[in-house]
Amino acid sequence: MKISRRQMLILLPAAAVAWESVMAGTPEDAPNYKMTDHWWGMLIDISKCIGCGNCMRACQTENDVPDGFFRTWVERYHVSDEDMTEPEVIAPDLCKENFPFAKEDGRKYFFVPKLCNHCADSPCTQVCPVGATFISPDGVVLVDQTYCLGCAYCVQACPYGCRYIHPEKKVADKCTLCKHRLAKGLTTACCEVCPTGARQLADLKDLNDPIHVFLKTHSVQVLKPQMATGAKVFYNDLDGSVR
Amino acid sequence: MSGVEGFMYPNEVALQWSVLIVLYPFITGLVAGAFILASLERVFRVEAVKPTYRLALLTALSFLLVAPLPLQLHLGHPERSPEMYLTPHSTSAMAMFGYVYLWYLMAVLVLEIWLDYRRDIVLLSQSSKGLLRVIYKIMTLGSSNISPRSLAIDDKAGWIVTLIGIPSAFLLHGYVGFIFGSVKANPWWSSPLMPVVFIFSAMVSGIAAVMLLYMAITKMRKQKIDIRCVDSIAMYLFYIFIIDFSLEMLDLAHRIYEADESFRSLNFMVHTQLYIPHIVIQICLGTLTPLFLLFLTQVVKLPELVRKRIYVISGALALIGILAMRWNVVIGGQLFSKSFLGYTTYKMSLVTREGLLVAIALSLLPLVFLWLLIKLLPPWPEKSAHAPAAGD
Amino acid sequence: MSVFKDAGHLFRFAGLFVLAFLIFLVVRHLIVPKSFGEYGHYRGAAIGEIAARPVKFAGHETCETCHSDVADRKKIGKHAHVNCEACHGALAGHVNHMMGTDSQSSTQVAADPSLEKPVLPDTAVLCARCHTASAAEPKGFPQVDPANHYPGSPCKTCHQPHSPGMDAGGAK
Repeated sequence: MKISRRQMLILLPAAAVAWESVMAGTPEDAPNYKMTDHWWGMLIDISKCIGCGNCMRACQTENDVPDGFFRTWVERYHVSDEDMTEPEVIAPDLCKENFPFAKEDGRKYFFVPKLCNHCADSPCTQVCPVGATFISPDGVVLVDQTYCLGCAYCVQACPYGCRYIHPEKKVADKCTLCKHRLAKGLTTACCEVCPTGARQLADLKDLNDPIHVFLKTHSVQVLKPQMATGAKVFYNDLDGSVR
Repeated sequence: MSGVEGFMYPNEVALQWSVLIVLYPFITGLVAGAFILASLERVFRVEAVKPTYRLALLTALSFLLVAPLPLQLHLGHPERSPEMYLTPHSTSAMAMFGYVYLWYLMAVLVLEIWLDYRRDIVLLSQSSKGLLRVIYKIMTLGSSNISPRSLAIDDKAGWIVTLIGIPSAFLLHGYVGFIFGSVKANPWWSSPLMPVVFIFSAMVSGIAAVMLLYMAITKMRKQKIDIRCVDSIAMYLFYIFIIDFSLEMLDLAHRIYEADESFRSLNFMVHTQLYIPHIVIQICLGTLTPLFLLFLTQVVKLPELVRKRIYVISGALALIGILAMRWNVVIGGQLFSKSFLGYTTYKMSLVTREGLLVAIALSLLPLVFLWLLIKLLPPWPEKSAHAPAAGD
Repeated sequence: MSVFKDAGHLFRFAGLFVLAFLIFLVVRHLIVPKSFGEYGHYRGAAIGEIAARPVKFAGHETCETCHSDVADRKKIGKHAHVNCEACHGALAGHVNHMMGTDSQSSTQVAADPSLEKPVLPDTAVLCARCHTASAAEPKGFPQVDPANHYPGSPCKTCHQPHSPGMDAGGAK
């Protein structure tokens, strides 16, 4: 980086001030973040996902996700036009390896990144016996890991397979939509590193959020709509063969 | 990913609910079923089954005391389980557990046993020595009133408790069925029939268990088995078994007929991974065989000895069949992917906290408790032989 | 009333229940966390605890505060929408080091020289991750077969990573 020492001396203090407000921890310390002003979701554009796995690696780094468990993952579909109901799907651990080479064979391929859908009517929070998992006032489904019993009922109840029991903490764990970043004005780790913009955080309550225009001008779906979970992760260009 | 066939969502590969969660509905089912048998005499005045009345109650209590253990061993944080009492989540069927269990334990089972045994307890508190005397004295709650009037009141109260106990027993076990039946994410579980099937299969297992225990303990006491009693129990077992079987066949027929998106995957699973536990053990060995044998005893006049042998075999097979049913529901429901594109395997460990050895120990523990309870509160008027209660 | 005399034991049993219930109420009042129920049926303080976790990725806006020259070059090229940490990895540690602060508590920390100049990613591995040709990639996405596309030369021989179009004229 070629900036002069003089530039550095001017930039650093300004950056330090900005960084401090970013680093503010609890909602009480971030007075500009009012939970009820936000209703978080995500927009995933299938036509843009290239299966690079940046999102998986970033999530693992940002959130200390244990090996062998996944808060987010990417599935690759291989679908024939003769039978859409039996696609070939793989979801390798992109933190360790890449997708295997896909041979051109006349059938279609595409990638589907998946994560917790932060459902507005989530079946997982419905079944928690003690109130350890819940949806926050700003629409993020979270787990209170000091309260969770580790009964795994929520893991059974999630239709999307996005929950797991943390092997060391023995409590339920899953994508938190990087809640610790949201209050600091940052986007989620997975969206930050997505090189094609296939994943984009969306604030459904923010009238200026591009998602509103996008939803009006594109055909968008959620996963397993028949489950009526109120999923807030919206997929553009989602194929009917996606499970 | 070892043990995986096809595609599974990455977090689905390892099973969450182990053999201990198979045991839990089996145990509470035995509790509910044994209690229903007891209520046959108390509320429905079926005199024939009276010899098993007290034994059924003690059996129910033995199993009920063990019931929370598989759950505690399964939890990631068992020390936090009091949270179910402190902040139960009203939308969760599982949150009911704490209160339903406590209600059933104290306000139904313990109360009923206490009311029925109170006279014996008071007498024993006066005749025994040492620690036993202290225990009995505590159990009298300080009241030594066993006048005819008080005993008549006990009888009336016991009748009311049993009456309340019947729906309570249904609730104790039915809610377990609802825990599974209300999970829309899992098509193997999600069904309004689930609580009903659970309750009827519970009755089958509980009645079979008490019948077997009665026959075994009576034999050990070198007493004569009341054949009229056992015939009567077997008859009820047969009819309830028919209802249970019909319900399960209804579920199967409905599934096959509607053939929704999950059907292909579930069908494959039943024909491969679940073939032995479901088709062979649950259906053929555990349902059709005992049903046929019991049917024979109902329509053909067979000698007493043959009938007793048939009852023992049918009872044992029924218990195995109901245990297999719990296995097929709990484990089966986790072997297939919710993407309907793959399957995993259940690697049951041997010596871990949720392994096979613990499961076996937890299955035998109620028999230990039963033995202790029989010694503390003898179900029969004459002195019972000092033999441990065995299964079948 | 003599019925009470003969039913006294029942009242004792009921009394046990009442006592247990009262004890339960007291215990409940003492043990249930104070913030429980603040926003819903859960411990309200949990939200703050989760939100207080440290961040590992600084976010491109922070990078651009100091590295505006790179940001300017990037925004006119093909990688305009590829954020810094997508290739350079998590850099909140580097920012903290440069600011001399700890991300958790804004206290001064000792300098960590290894975070002064983070290791640059190896383009030979990094570029291949996105740009290796495969039938699965979306049509129109730039892809090459590494075996046939100048094997042996690292990508940055011809492609400047911040603005990789050929017209940008190779690595600096």
